[in-house]
Amino acid sequence: MKFKDIIGGISRSESVKDVYISLFSILLALIIGAFLIFLIGSSPLQAFTVMFDGAFGSVSNIANTLTKTIPLIFTGLAVAVAFRCGLFNIGAEGQLYLGAFFSVLTALKFSFLPAFILLPVAILGGIISGMIWGGIPGFLKAQFGTHEVVVTVMMNYIGINITSYLVNYPFKAEGWVAQTDIIPTAAILPKLIPKTQLSAGLIVAVIAALAVYFLLWKTDIGYEIRAVGENPTTAESGGINIKKNISLAMAISGGLAALAGVTQSLGVYERFIDGFSPGYGFTGIAVAVLGRNHPLGVILTALLFGALETGALKMDRVTEISNDLVIVIQGLVILFVAAPEIIRSILKRRESQ
Amino acid sequence: MPLAIEMKKITKKFPGVMANDKVNFNVEKGEIHSLLGENGAGKTTLMNVLFGLYKPEDGEIFLEGEKVNIKSPKQALEKGLGMVHQHFMLVNRMTVLENIILGMSNELALNKKEHKRSINELAEKYDFAINIDEKIENLSVGMKQRVEILKTLYRGAEIIIFDEPTAVLTPGEVEELYNILNMLREQGKTVIFITHKLNETMEIADRITVLRNGKKVSTEKKENTNTNKLAQLMVGREVDFEVDIKEKDPGNEILKIKNLELLSDRSETIDLSVHQGEIVGVAGVEGNGQLELEEMIMGLKKVETGHISLSNKEITNTSTKERKKMRIAYIPSDRHNRAVFKNFTIKENILLGYHYKSPFCKNHIIQEEKLREHSEKIISDYNVKTPNSGQLLKNLSGGNQQKVVLGREVSQKPEFVLAAQPTRGLDIGAIEYIHNLLLDLREDNKGILLISADLNEVIKLSDRIAVLYEGKIMAFKDKKNFTRNEIGMLMAGEMVENEV
Repeated sequence: MKFKDIIGGISRSESVKDVYISLFSILLALIIGAFLIFLIGSSPLQAFTVMFDGAFGSVSNIANTLTKTIPLIFTGLAVAVAFRCGLFNIGAEGQLYLGAFFSVLTALKFSFLPAFILLPVAILGGIISGMIWGGIPGFLKAQFGTHEVVVTVMMNYIGINITSYLVNYPFKAEGWVAQTDIIPTAAILPKLIPKTQLSAGLIVAVIAALAVYFLLWKTDIGYEIRAVGENPTTAESGGINIKKNISLAMAISGGLAALAGVTQSLGVYERFIDGFSPGYGFTGIAVAVLGRNHPLGVILTALLFGALETGALKMDRVTEISNDLVIVIQGLVILFVAAPEIIRSILKRRESQ
Repeated sequence: MPLAIEMKKITKKFPGVMANDKVNFNVEKGEIHSLLGENGAGKTTLMNVLFGLYKPEDGEIFLEGEKVNIKSPKQALEKGLGMVHQHFMLVNRMTVLENIILGMSNELALNKKEHKRSINELAEKYDFAINIDEKIENLSVGMKQRVEILKTLYRGAEIIIFDEPTAVLTPGEVEELYNILNMLREQGKTVIFITHKLNETMEIADRITVLRNGKKVSTEKKENTNTNKLAQLMVGREVDFEVDIKEKDPGNEILKIKNLELLSDRSETIDLSVHQGEIVGVAGVEGNGQLELEEMIMGLKKVETGHISLSNKEITNTSTKERKKMRIAYIPSDRHNRAVFKNFTIKENILLGYHYKSPFCKNHIIQEEKLREHSEKIISDYNVKTPNSGQLLKNLSGGNQQKVVLGREVSQKPEFVLAAQPTRGLDIGAIEYIHNLLLDLREDNKGILLISADLNEVIKLSDRIAVLYEGKIMAFKDKKNFTRNEIGMLMAGEMVENEV
């Protein structure tokens, strides 16, 4: 399969253009970032070298980068799937908390299960809770026309605070910290590289991305989801049930978002910790936008964001530049992607010259 | 006559298509020049090249004898070129005055009074009865078009290009537009009139340039040509304006509509039936229940009162999917919102409605190869102009998009065909093609319900005609028992007092 075929689930030429727009946005953001570093009075070259080294300079650095990449792949995929159905899932954050908590709870409550079953069951418990949490706003939209953005935003608060309550009171482990008991070893995602935090969650993430690609572009189920997203009235006159697909897409989206929390809890913390997510669900929106709602794009963007974050930690340590700069760069990338007209006009001007 | 515009050997390529192939195009100063061609012939491309929206691979442009290199519409405007688009570029919430001066002022403080005075003067000069303080949203389509014309004039346009200007107008408004065009010519302006309608061309143009497949075929003076000749130049072969429809005995009843209420605010109901091997035409001015009829038959709109049955099976409350399974082919009146996915490939468009069924889908997995073969077959059978079935649908012209829709629906061997406004907005070649296709389906003993606002089309194709007015069928009988005049009167809601 050619590269073009892989990225071009729907259309070849369009997605090639999409890729250019994303790449160009990243480049532009880095250039402006470099200029800012220059203004501070530091060397942009040194800063970027340090960052790159921090992200990819050693096995443990790479492991850290990949660890940060995993949850972003899941939340990015979650937002992308909903978006392909014409829905904006802002609720990934709440969904991942639900997923994390219930996978941990499943692992704790079903610890009597044989080792090789416990892990899949715990993951499944998380996915199902996320699917329900994501499916609710989908169902409400399908049945009553409530706007999914409003409902998912509200359900973020509910989700985050319910899990917070549960971990602060009924399921709190002994001690000062609001966290559950540690899960049985059998429920822990195995480490890919010893002495790092990188777990088999990475494999789950890649499988999830492949599965999303396959579902959306190779099956009739995905065709219906995309058809509703592209033009609901045309889909309807082709005999496609719009309501069913809205609920389904949101449930799938919720399940994917949940996996971000599941892999963090079962792979990194080995328990549920109150407020563990630094906003993976929201960053997932940016990841999906920059990745043009395509699984491959999502993986690459998640990797970029992961690398920027680990790189920033080192930059912060070694140079006098604050790691806040990375947030600025991320913001700029999103700005340029979200305002593709800017990029398009720049690219067009170059073309016509 | 001096030349206002001279375009020499313009060549513009798009992926897989030669949109303009060494086109020479001359417009004399002060004439109305019609640029005639089917959809996809390259008319719009040529004008976009002139306007600096596209950069041609080859060719030169001269304005009033001077070579120019226009890079943007803004530059085109500075050189005295103005364009009135088919879809108006107006801000609905703003007034006529505000729309006209929008974006053209360089002054720090806007001198509205001064602008108002000069625009009013201009409007008077051209006899535009227009209140320039009115908001755009309160204007009729014809008035909006005048605002567009006024806009170009106020910006100093000497050459005005009209892109299919009559497509959105009522017959009365078309007449008024002709008056305006003549007035513009009298004032020494040059007019280019893009169209695919022959009658319009013959009515208004001084000279006519015909494009076909991206090439210039000929430039004719109006006096030296006629609609038949032009049609031949446009399509490249003889066109049948009349068809002989073979007499044919209809078979069993396939669609039966009983006591169906189309418009909920009137307590009128209709009865309608379609037999195998016949075309039933529903004539009428749009908005009299056509859309409701179409959507109720397809299950896209809930039936409040009445019954619909297909092949003797009641389908009044079944889902669209179930109905499609009963072999209905559906050609929706609203192609953009009911029939196609613009950002999907041709293949993916052909899959719609059959995406869950063998042979295109097995165990939920889409059979790419089967779909591709089928799509390529439709492309060649239905003469769709495209390099391959992997192209995006939006890259096709309207007529070719419609052929994809027809191909999708008809290739699944339907028993009943619901064709709503099947040729609207299409060019002669495509219309002729679609008409023949419907007649072939009739020959093949399919039942066809043709809903069309084009009276000529209904009269040409139908065996029986029903005239729809305000949700009610005014008359429903064999075509030969109607006169054209009678149908016209019924369409306007006038009862005809003769044999019952």
